Amino acid sequence: MKVLVFGQLTDITGSDTLEVAEAPDTGRLLEQLKQRFPALETAAFLLAVDQQVIENLTALSPDSVAALLPPFSGG
Amino acid sequence: MTLPGLGESGQKKLQEGSVLVVGAGGLGCPALPYLAGAGVGRIGVIDDDVVELTNLHRQVLFTMDDLGARKVFCAAERLRALNPEISVEPYSERLGKENALELIARYDVILDGTDNFATRYLVNDACVLMGKPLVYGAVSRYEGQVAVFNVADENGAATNYRDLFPVPPADGEVLNCAAGGVLGVLPGIIGTLQATEVIKLLTGIGTPLSNRLMIYNLLNARSYTLDIRPRAKTRQHLPDSREAFLQRNYEWECGLGTTIREITAGELGDLQQAGQTLVVDVRELWEKPEITTFQRVPLSALKAAVPDWKETTIALVCQSGVRSLLAAELVQQHFEGSKEVVSLKGGIAALQQAGW
Repeated sequence: MKVLVFGQLTDITGSDTLEVAEAPDTGRLLEQLKQRFPALETAAFLLAVDQQVIENLTALSPDSVAALLPPFSGG
Repeated sequence: MTLPGLGESGQKKLQEGSVLVVGAGGLGCPALPYLAGAGVGRIGVIDDDVVELTNLHRQVLFTMDDLGARKVFCAAERLRALNPEISVEPYSERLGKENALELIARYDVILDGTDNFATRYLVNDACVLMGKPLVYGAVSRYEGQVAVFNVADENGAATNYRDLFPVPPADGEVLNCAAGGVLGVLPGIIGTLQATEVIKLLTGIGTPLSNRLMIYNLLNARSYTLDIRPRAKTRQHLPDSREAFLQRNYEWECGLGTTIREITAGELGDLQQAGQTLVVDVRELWEKPEITTFQRVPLSALKAAVPDWKETTIALVCQSGVRSLLAAELVQQHFEGSKEVVSLKGGIAALQQAGW
């Protein structure tokens, strides 16, 4: 499945679009991402799936598109 | 205006409307002339900064002649010249919890054009407390974010910044301080999007960007909009009364509460002359200008390990003086008070201004 990466999080992932193995839910997806990019463990970001902000454990389908967004403060 | 859907009644609503622009910087500067040009009847603008050379590429209301002058007074002069029929109210002060509620109460819509998390969370919480529409905007490198908070959609749901990010990032200022380089057009685009949302809210035309966050990426010219829903746990982070709001310490919550002594560019020079002082530049290695007389140890490296420095005084510097404070805390902890640890207020930017 596809994961879009925004802002300075791309410093960690090296790319703004990741192709990752299918995950059954958002918990497993985050686990997988943090294993691949340990620095995500301490980074501040929110997870969105199919353009919805995710708060609780959410089931994923193979064609779900996830997104990682960091907070911005610049002006 | 003869636009369908806006017309004379829309113009009247703008005339009777008011907006408070918090920050006359990269976002406020492009938003303000469009709001004045549209005929928003009363425009407040609050900022305690003066115009600096490094502002001009993106803060397009100002010119070389304004260097050193108070931003809000320069801005007010331009806006009055642009549209003498509106009322412009400049406040040359910083928005803090002491003045926030009183000021915000006087305006219909608030535009967040600030540049730090402490003020952003403060503005957000004050607007939630007062049920005031807030048009949020922020930039980082090549991306910008825009959203409208505290405006209920057709289902009666309203969201705020804490529904996105419930608490400030621990060392989020790192993202901000490194903003030394931003293409001027980026805050220009985001600031004018914010002005657009203000005009829509005041006139009632279209659908506001309520409960949605729009992200624009300048490099690939793509935008990504996501839906925000009220979070159950947001409420616990919000002050629930005026009294609770006044007791908050937003600087501290954003990692800015500190006992570190901040020094001026002049004091840094004196310390260097006196000897026994090591000046450490904590900016990341790619950041310019390079200053070869300072030791370069990026904040990220300091977090991993503080070197066993021998000097008795350690002076930390960064681009604008925020990261160096965080670094100073780390160094202070490491040496457990056995060294004097100071941070350069205003960072390299202050050095440049002092003519280094």
